[in-house]
Amino acid sequence: MNQLINKNLYGDYGDKEQAAGASGTHNTAGEWPLWEVFIRSKAGLDHKHAGSLHAADAQMAIENARDVYTRRMEGVSIWVVESKYIHASDPFEAASMYEPANDKVYRHPTFYNLPDELKHM
Amino acid sequence: MNQLLYTLQIADNALILGHRISEWCGHGPILEQDIALTNTALDHLGQARSLYQHAADMFNALSTDEKKTLFSSTALQNKINKGEALDEDDLAYLRDGWDFRNLLLTEQSNKDWAYTVVRSFLYDAFNFYFYTALQNSKDTVLAAIAEKSLKEVTYHLRWSSEWMIRLGDGTEESKARVQEALNNYWTFTGELFEATTVDNAALADGTGVDVAAIKIQWQERVNTVLDEATLTLPANVWMQSGGKECRHSEHLGYILAEMQFMQRAYPDMEW
Repeated sequence: MNQLINKNLYGDYGDKEQAAGASGTHNTAGEWPLWEVFIRSKAGLDHKHAGSLHAADAQMAIENARDVYTRRMEGVSIWVVESKYIHASDPFEAASMYEPANDKVYRHPTFYNLPDELKHM
Repeated sequence: MNQLLYTLQIADNALILGHRISEWCGHGPILEQDIALTNTALDHLGQARSLYQHAADMFNALSTDEKKTLFSSTALQNKINKGEALDEDDLAYLRDGWDFRNLLLTEQSNKDWAYTVVRSFLYDAFNFYFYTALQNSKDTVLAAIAEKSLKEVTYHLRWSSEWMIRLGDGTEESKARVQEALNNYWTFTGELFEATTVDNAALADGTGVDVAAIKIQWQERVNTVLDEATLTLPANVWMQSGGKECRHSEHLGYILAEMQFMQRAYPDMEW
């Protein structure tokens, strides 16, 4: 059972490699924790995942993100979250998670007859 | 003429500190801070470029006699004798050390992270108030450069202040090292507020900044950050100066040797 509810971190690292070094035995202990960076490219759009970086705390993470990911005017707003707080689906469960959707084309709204006057759909 | 020298003084600060910081490129303690410092170096270099362009325009407007006597460098003299107009690269790469007017603080070596942070912090705090005041310069080009640069400088000051606090209020070792750096570079802070004849003339004709006036703001900002960083204000009051009047420490020659080598060895080379 334990195996089945194993927490998967972003990028499918195992718990051993988790960024904040909580387990203390792996080779990233003593390094700054890993953060995920989300950038909003302009007002009105949503924040998109841009990448990750190391920083000692949230403030430094935002500044590092500013220097690493917005140097070419990519953003107007930055979110950061420590990578260890991101929970991801288990890649080994991909078959049961996603494949059942494959043969259910009727979930796409493509079965309606549109009147001729309606353009740009 | 005075306006030209005044502009060079500001430009040289930007170029020399920018070069110093750029020496960290590829050597930063972690990738993210390496990039942060390289960005800052490029900010300084960009400011230097605008300022040198302005200085070159003023230089080219001088009389032939003035042009021939202002800088002693043979490389520049050759250009001037041929009647060529100077540009920003000539002023950066072909001027000799004794014609540079940067503050001694900006040419001090990187040594380690603590020294680099302290040097940046002491200068950024000054630069912030300096550019704020320079926005009111009667020289509209200087005022425009100041306004544009201030955004960059605001971020530089934020970065270096936070590192002062992080190191000062960090571990025993980081605190000892940043305090040592502060004690050693403190002696170069007097010059920031020393008005030279160039400063005074620029202040009098409305193009320059009253450096004595921004000392109070600078001191307040430094006190606040040192307080939060649990660092001690250095007690030494002996201040080293001369950079603004072209008398430099041993470091400038080495910086220029590296920076100017290509243009001196291969005149007018481009890539």
